[in-house]
Amino acid sequence: MATEYHEPLLEQEPGSDQRRQRDSADGLARSLLRRGWRWHRSATATSRSSEVSSERTLLSPLMLRRPLVRFCYWAVFLLLLVGTLTTLGPLYWMVSGALKSNVEIFQRPPTFWPAHPQWSNYSNAWQILQLPLYLGNSLILAAGAVLLQLLVSATAAYALSKLRPWGRSAILFAFFATLMVPPVVYLIPQFVNISDLPLIHVSLINNWAGVWLPEAANAFNILILKSFFDTIPGELTDAARLDGASSWQVFIRIVLPLSRPALAVITIFTVIASWKDFLWPLLVLSNSNLQPLMVALYHESGLNANLPFSYLMAGLVFASLPPILLFLLFQRQIIRGVNLTGLKG
Amino acid sequence: MSLSSSSSSPLSPAQESTPLLTSDEGLMTVRWALVQRRGGLRRRRRWALWRQVQGYLFLLPALLIFALFVWYPVVLGFVMSFQSVDLINPATWVGWANYRHVFADPLFAIAWRNTLAFTGYALLFGYLVPLVLALAINEMRHGKSYFRLAFYLPVMLPPIVTVFLWRWMYDPDSGLLNALLSLVHLPGRLWLEDPQTALPALVVVATWSAAGSTMLVYLAALQGVPASLYEAAEIDGAGFWRRLWHVTLPCIRPIMLLMLVLQIIATMQVFIEPFTITDGGPQHATLSILLLIYTYAFQNADFGEASALSVLLFLVLAAFGLIYLRLTSRMLQGD
Repeated sequence: MATEYHEPLLEQEPGSDQRRQRDSADGLARSLLRRGWRWHRSATATSRSSEVSSERTLLSPLMLRRPLVRFCYWAVFLLLLVGTLTTLGPLYWMVSGALKSNVEIFQRPPTFWPAHPQWSNYSNAWQILQLPLYLGNSLILAAGAVLLQLLVSATAAYALSKLRPWGRSAILFAFFATLMVPPVVYLIPQFVNISDLPLIHVSLINNWAGVWLPEAANAFNILILKSFFDTIPGELTDAARLDGASSWQVFIRIVLPLSRPALAVITIFTVIASWKDFLWPLLVLSNSNLQPLMVALYHESGLNANLPFSYLMAGLVFASLPPILLFLLFQRQIIRGVNLTGLKG
Repeated sequence: MSLSSSSSSPLSPAQESTPLLTSDEGLMTVRWALVQRRGGLRRRRRWALWRQVQGYLFLLPALLIFALFVWYPVVLGFVMSFQSVDLINPATWVGWANYRHVFADPLFAIAWRNTLAFTGYALLFGYLVPLVLALAINEMRHGKSYFRLAFYLPVMLPPIVTVFLWRWMYDPDSGLLNALLSLVHLPGRLWLEDPQTALPALVVVATWSAAGSTMLVYLAALQGVPASLYEAAEIDGAGFWRRLWHVTLPCIRPIMLLMLVLQIIATMQVFIEPFTITDGGPQHATLSILLLIYTYAFQNADFGEASALSVLLFLVLAAFGLIYLRLTSRMLQGD
């Protein structure tokens, strides 16, 4: 795996490169990343060592042989098992609720198991909620987000890491300072901005670009990619240059292919974030033919929407399937990404 | 040193003392090397310039996007907070009027109180839960990956799904919560209709959906605690609790601080739960700052006042952001 190959380089670099350490924004970024990598390494170590199952934690193997400790251990195990009911229970409630008839779903007291499972609820909801349309819209919004974010952040990270233009520490600072400003505090001016862009006076309301463009300004992606590109040895890119490769060719043929793990993490996170996004698409896309599934569900759940409640639940199940499937498929990358960024959600 | 002067000047003693080449051959070699070097220098300088240009070309998309969709709106927010903006008429300058209106609004104090209460409850319910979960799961010799998966699953649900699911579970008649209470013969409650319980009920939803990702971060941090420390403590006769208190917790304390600040920043931006579950009610008991901003802008069409309140929220969050920055840089120096 490419990451394992790069790690030692990243570890020794700050000590050997004095000039870079002086540059504070860069220093912050790389130390954040170093922390990230340490977490990442420990996270991968987790998955490896759990197979070996001979690692040392708070409890010593010796202690575990004492009967009282064993009892406590299994008590905690049982508690955790019951605890998972608090997360899996609501999920079960949603999936089974979608199977109930419209009388049963409002029955008092509620039934814990649908008396007559109505599997047709799912197919009916699929049609009544116009899921093909909204799932498609969500998909297009996610695909556009991935393409645009990768393009914007990878080119910027490449320039900052390998081409190193003058004033890059100021540019780095200008990028990373935006991490300190939560997007909600400029939600209102952003909306005014989108509805009448400066200089060109174009409105992006009811336009997918109005969702894509603002979320493309993602400093975390640049941070992750830049630090990843930094670990690619300069000898590699220099050798390609001697062979006559242009900067663009070095970028496309060498830097990007070597960074596949980082690109994968960013892609997965972007897809999931775009899928979950609600408030901004709600504000920008008022035309229901353009809305993603989350916004459509919000409108359908309104009191005047007159939608059978079990259909809404079925819609929720459909909405949560893609991110859950993505998580099950890419668990490793996602856990690594969470540890890399320390991000919530 | 120019090339002509070097060729006309007598050879230096150093060069004479190493007669590997005849003087003529030596001169030619030196001259040739210097020519090469000069041309190379020029070429290198030109190439360096081209590299600069390329650097900026590669930066161009990001610079454009950031300028247009982050830096400009941030500045615009400050400007708009001193303007009357309704998106129909041209913006007019009104000075501090927006701020005066915001402060005079009786909802201002209510929204701040609710937001701070939400943050406080979230810390109370949600700060220790991920830590305890991670500590317990980390000790498990069985089913570790199942626990990690099960507790992380809610994080993957889209927020809209989470809020509608919980709105139904809180339903006094057909909801799961009151059904469970009636199983153990306890009276049900009007969770969302009672101003006393509405806000804590929303905190539970937020905690349920966010605890998993914090737990994952703690789990990774716990893996980073060196086994040698545990062994050394054990040899020194430290029992389980003392190892926990003197080894484990100090090792992950920086992460705990970081998570604390991140959680405060995140919960002060609470919006989607009150917006979709209670719509700020009952009796404004769940009205948050961000919901008030939304109301100003998209119900009253007063974007200036909304911007003024955003600026105030920004100042508070920026204070915590600075703490976050100091914590991270201190942690980095500690590395």
